[in-house]
Order: sequence, then structure tokens, then C-alpha cells
Amino acid sequence: MSPEEICSALQETFGAAITEAALEGAHPHAVVRADKWPEVARFLRDDPAMGFDLLRCISSVDLQDESKLACVYDLLALSSVSATETMSARHQFAVRVCTERDDPHIPTVADVWPAADWHEREAYDMMGIVFDNHPDLRRILCPDDWEGYPLRKDYVFPVSYHGIPGTTEHELTNPRH
Amino acid sequence: MAETSAGAMSFIDAPVQGDVATEEMLVNMGPQHPSTHGVLRLVLRTDGEMVQEAIPHIGFLHRCAEKIGENVAPYQWIPYSDRMDYLAGMNNNQGYSVAIEKLAGLEVPERAQYIRVMFAELNRIASHLVAVGCFGLDMGAWSPLLYCFREREMILDMFEATCGARLTYSYITPGGVTNDLPDGFVERCSEFLDYFEPKIDDYNNLLSYNHIYVKRLADVGVISAEDAIAFGLTGPNLRGSGVKFDLRKALPYDVYERMEFDIPVGEPGGQGRIPRGVVLGDCWNRYFLRLAEIEQSVRIVRQCLRDLPPAGDDGVCHKKNRTVKLPADEVYVEVENPRGQLGFYVRGDGSAVPARVKTRGPAFCHLCIMNHMTKDCLLADVPAILGSIDIVLGEVDR
Repeated sequence: MSPEEICSALQETFGAAITEAALEGAHPHAVVRADKWPEVARFLRDDPAMGFDLLRCISSVDLQDESKLACVYDLLALSSVSATETMSARHQFAVRVCTERDDPHIPTVADVWPAADWHEREAYDMMGIVFDNHPDLRRILCPDDWEGYPLRKDYVFPVSYHGIPGTTEHELTNPRH
Repeated sequence: MAETSAGAMSFIDAPVQGDVATEEMLVNMGPQHPSTHGVLRLVLRTDGEMVQEAIPHIGFLHRCAEKIGENVAPYQWIPYSDRMDYLAGMNNNQGYSVAIEKLAGLEVPERAQYIRVMFAELNRIASHLVAVGCFGLDMGAWSPLLYCFREREMILDMFEATCGARLTYSYITPGGVTNDLPDGFVERCSEFLDYFEPKIDDYNNLLSYNHIYVKRLADVGVISAEDAIAFGLTGPNLRGSGVKFDLRKALPYDVYERMEFDIPVGEPGGQGRIPRGVVLGDCWNRYFLRLAEIEQSVRIVRQCLRDLPPAGDDGVCHKKNRTVKLPADEVYVEVENPRGQLGFYVRGDGSAVPARVKTRGPAFCHLCIMNHMTKDCLLADVPAILGSIDIVLGEVDR
């Protein structure tokens, strides 16, 4: 299926939960309302016409201008599970889920695709998005007592961490970024 | 199994095996452990010899690669991609380059595309040689590692002659490759392949069919095809479970669509080259698949050498690609790394520096299944399982 067909099938089934169809550009995707996302995810995985069995990546994005945070879910449908024939990529699609920057909550899809478990933990660690009902939501790359979310655009680098020197005062007052 | 409580007599009431009572124990494996292939800490909840839970703790090698990516131009970030999966620098360079080319609409000269495919495959051979050799080492076989490294050294020598580096190449760059091949490279590479191809039999004789080795790996750490897909496993780990999926065939990039090669896939034991006792998706299958992939990579490199077109007017890379502006768009591209599908999500904002760079490291996803795989396995099998999924911590932590 082409991205257009997938998107119109989603709009037909979920109506207003699909708030935008961003089909132009190099990365066609649909924008899904956060509260409806697990339902849409299940549909994408289980519907025979969809069959998105492989969650490839969850990329968290800071949309500072719109005062929003977003997660981009890249999905791939394999043709069939069989050892005898070479499988092709049946189709690929992406979904964007946005949430408010000052209170970011997105329901988890770790129960739909177990692969989402660590990707969501990373998005929580780096961007501070809280994934509701996640089985084990804690920091993954940074230490547990790290402060702030490093990949946010307004992140301030710490001057020190447990006595280990970090950013200097000079760099704080003259940011390169 | 047993609850321990205070009091000298309590152990009498505890369930016993022979005359040894077992109790739950937390064992720290790593961060400084030779079998963890880098700086990884596994907390094992054990009951006697059985492992009930293995919780990986990662992040020791986190170097903020993605944050740096938001502050430098794409060609400046290529050296950082080298340092993620440091055993497959060429493939990482290629992944980010392909993503940037798709986003900015850059053309790659045909000769450069052939060189990229050739170097990606040579790097795949080098990377799989480390995987195979180190896996033998994990299982207590010293000498195969030395043979693997002997051949890998020759590949690194060829890389050094081409780009000056032996590990962190920064050779493949958005829009092509940094410089053309050195004089006599085609002959040198053909000579190497003629020398190297028969050596694969040596590895098989030394390691693959060694009785002790097969006993250690057969029917250990079995992953079903459904689990492999659900947990997002890719590359040799996915194919080891019998799923014949390879991005080089399914969604080809550069000139892979012109190459003829087979996709090796895991098989149950007792047929063809597979010893008896081996099960689809076990450690032995994942190990052997890497050797089978080396054979296919040799085929691809030979085709590249044969078909390599002469340099056109553009050479191997446009100079203007260094100053390319990224449009306000986004892109997600995956390439087939030696370890699996390496993905890059890049978001441009009209300037020369991307607004967001996200890396999907295959080893990151593979480590995610570790706890699922080690449920109720023997403590001694943990290094076997960990070695068979072939992680590189530089890429897990980025």
C-alpha cells in the first residue's frame, strides 16, 4: 500500500483521531492524537491489510516553536514469515504523536510492540516524555539522578555532576548552541 | 526458590538439591567483564546455576552523539558516526550519508556508489571476523581469534591505504566518498579475495564444527521468528531465526540492486552444513550465519571490482556538497549494517545544521531482548547468548 492509501484507511477508521496527513516530502506520515494512539497502533499491527509487525524506531523531537514535543514512530511491514522465500518490505509508514511541552504524556505501545520498551525509555531519558502505563519507565542512558532532559532545545548543561566538572561558567554565559 | 531467614536451624527446612540448598542471589556481570564486549553491566538474578532475570544497565559509553549532531553540519558529523559502531565505521558513514542525500536530494557519482558498496562489504567481512573470533574466545577457543584478526588486518591495511585510517575512516561522506581509490587497489583487493576465500573453510574446521563448540551453542538462546520481529531484531539475529529479510534486497540503496548475492538464513540441524542438535534461532545458527554472510560479501566485492566504472567529470564527490543546506523536511533511512538495520532520522530546518539527528542502533534493539532470552537459562550460557547477538556498546550508548 502507498502512504496515501494507508493514511486514508486510517482516516476512514479513526476519523478525527488522525489530525493531519503529512504526505508530501521525504517522510510521509500521519499525525495521531495521543489518547487514541494505542488503539491506532493495534490496528496498524493487527489489521491484515496493514500488518506493521516491525517497529523500527521511535524518534523524539522537540518542536520548541509550537511548544510541543513529538514522537515519530517508523513502522515496517514484512511480506510474510517464511524461511524459504526472500521477504520484501511490504510497505512502510510513519506516525507522529504530539504532546504538550510543559506536561508531556503519551500512552505506551510497549504492549503492542515489545521493541518500543527501550525506545520509549530513551525518549523519556533524553526528551522527558512520560509514557503512561510503560512497564519500567526509568532513565536508560543517563544516570538515575541526572537532572533535565539533554535533547531538549533549551537544555542547560550542568556545571558539575558529583564533583566531576562539566560546562564552565564561560560556556554557560557564551553558549555556542 | 528458598527463603533464607535468621537462625542456624532454618536451612534444614529449606528445599534441598542433594545436600546443597539454593537461594536467590544477585550477580553483577560487568561493567568490567571480558564477555560483555565493552562496558555493559548485567544484573543477574540467579538461583543456583539458573538465571531467572538479566537486567542490562547501559549508558557507560554515552557520548551525546545525537546532541552533537544538532550542532554540526552533516559532513562534520561523519567522524562521530564512526565512533558509534566502531567495528563497522564504513557502514555507519554510509548510513548517515544516504540519509542526508535523501533529505537534501544529492546525487552520488556512480563510481562512488560502487566504491561505497565495496567498502561497506569489506567492512562487513572485517566486522564479522571480529564477531566470529571473539565469540570463539568467549567459548574458550583462543586460536580462531588470531586467525580472524590476521585476515582482518589485511582489510584494515587496504582501508588505511585508501583513507589513512584503520578504524575510524570518515571515508564515505554525503555525496560520495572523500577521495578516489589508490593506485593498484583493484589488483590488491582481488589478490586478497583469492587468498581469503579458502580461509573460510579453515574457520569452519577450527571452530564451527568443533564438537565442544557445537555442544555449547546448539539449542541455547533460541529466539522464535515471531519474537525476533516483535522485539525489533534485525540483521543476522533476525535471519538466524529463519526470517529471510535483508534491506540490501528489500529496500536497496546505492548500487545494491545491481549485485547478485544470496541471503543466508538460519536452518534447523541435521541438514546440509548444519550439525545435528542445532535448532532454528539458536546461538550456533546466529554464529554460523555470519560466516555464511562473509562468503556472500566476497561475492559482492568481486562484482564491484569487476564493474567499477571509471571516474566521470564529477570525480567521486561534488565539492559543493560540503555546504549543502538541509530543507525543512524530515527523513528516516535504514541501511544494512553488519549487526542489523542502522537507522537515521534527520530533520532539517532550512539551515546547514540539522534540527534533530536520531540514530537507531541495531545493537540497542538487540540488547533489549536479553532479559527475555536469558529466562531460566544456565549461568554459563549467558556469555554464549550475549556473544551470539554480537553487540557493540559504542552503538548501544551512542
